[in-house]
Amino acid sequence: MRRALRGTVLPVALLVVWEIASHGGLVDPRILPPIERVARTAIDQVANHGLLGDLGFSLLRDMIGFALGTLAGLAAGTVLGLSRVADRLFMPTFNGLRQIAILAWIPLIAIWFGMGEVAKIVFIMAAAFIPVVLNTHEGVRSASAQLVEVARTLTFTPWQIVTRLYLPAALPSIATGVHLALIYAWVASIGSEYFMTVGPGIGGMIIAGRERFEMDLVMLGILILGLVGYLINRSASLLEAWLSRWQRA
Amino acid sequence: MRAVSLPSPAASLAFPPAVIALLFPAFLLVMWSLAARLGWLPPQILPAPGEVGSALVELAHSGDLLHDTGISLLRVIEGFAAGCALGLLLGIAMGLSPTVEDYVRPLFTAFAQVPTLGWIPLLMLLVGIGEGLKILVIAKAAFVPVTLNTLAGIRAVPSHYAEVGALFRFSRWQMLSKVVLPAAVAPIFTGLRYGLTHSWNALVAVELLASAEGLGYLLVWGRQMFWLDTMMAAMAVIGVVGFLLDRVMAALELRLQRWRLA
Repeated sequence: MRRALRGTVLPVALLVVWEIASHGGLVDPRILPPIERVARTAIDQVANHGLLGDLGFSLLRDMIGFALGTLAGLAAGTVLGLSRVADRLFMPTFNGLRQIAILAWIPLIAIWFGMGEVAKIVFIMAAAFIPVVLNTHEGVRSASAQLVEVARTLTFTPWQIVTRLYLPAALPSIATGVHLALIYAWVASIGSEYFMTVGPGIGGMIIAGRERFEMDLVMLGILILGLVGYLINRSASLLEAWLSRWQRA
Repeated sequence: MRAVSLPSPAASLAFPPAVIALLFPAFLLVMWSLAARLGWLPPQILPAPGEVGSALVELAHSGDLLHDTGISLLRVIEGFAAGCALGLLLGIAMGLSPTVEDYVRPLFTAFAQVPTLGWIPLLMLLVGIGEGLKILVIAKAAFVPVTLNTLAGIRAVPSHYAEVGALFRFSRWQMLSKVVLPAAVAPIFTGLRYGLTHSWNALVAVELLASAEGLGYLLVWGRQMFWLDTMMAAMAVIGVVGFLLDRVMAALELRLQRWRLA
């Protein structure tokens, strides 16, 4: 209880200073709009400018890119983890390419896939793909050789060995990869809207706020980014705990 | 199905790994050259590999490459240093004192929750698009992982280490410099390494959004001119520099660990 109270001291102090500064004329209100104006902007955006629709678009894009990237990453990571030949052939190239900061791909993707929705989803896909491949690869590779031997003695089919042995063994690692993919995909969704701004979305709203020097809009956007990021992270943690629950049993 | 056969180390792969590793890039390069030469794709979509190479040489020759890389590196070093200094201070403060953590943690968590990319437009309105913006953004990117890993590292120091220190009647400062920090070096370094990677990514982001020089700007410029060869050359340099920065951190980490083990 006392700890929770302590935690509220700084945020409350910050808000109070913010209010005083913006009302007392200490800071230009265009730079620091009062809190109630940010709140009014929020209501106005929801009521008149389709804020919820923008949010829905961003999330939809995020989820499509995430789902495609994760599925592709699971498939690629499993093959790379199972086959030493594939591992040696492709992993060095993959590791080389992923050294390029993900955002640096945006101009190229924009030229290859246009500025529209396809390019955005391709970019989000790539962002989700990388951590899933890495963690699936590692998880599958770390499956114990003894267990594989046991499974072979029990004459499991190759398919059974993959689905009953490798994938369950790799599950905690895969869960970590998927968790990272959720976070990366959300950041990539914002990035895609920043740099390929056609169509609705929260990132586009923030950029518009900056271009029109509407600080309240930018602040509202940041608040939404943080909240969505928090919710995504929370649900990913729960999912991860649920996927690894058998380990503790 | 070869995939599930047990690895038989000696027999399965006759070639050294480096040769096998180069097969796929070589294949890609051949396909790329063919695609460009036979006109499968227009050069505005896929320039020939040779053109990317000559764009790189040209950039290097004119001095632009060195200039832009230098600018980017300087920005990263400045921002990273600032972010690390703050992150180490806050991480140590929170790690040593649960009271400080109680006060600061919720605000820090809220701050960290918004991706670096989200803070850029706000900072652009606050401080403009000058050097200050770049340093702030890069510092923020390093600050969060450095703080979190320093905090976790200090918390993970076994309590009997501190008990031994207390037995020697170490002062607070001695406890920190002789017991806690040396014991937490490994996780702190993990934080620094993540921090540098995040800083490099943040640099690319901020240079793409608001810059008139630097490697990110080279990308923007190439995109505006539809010079894909320049863009690809810039991407390659971004990848190589990012990789080298990480290698430098890894080497430092190893050095520090060796000293610790000796």
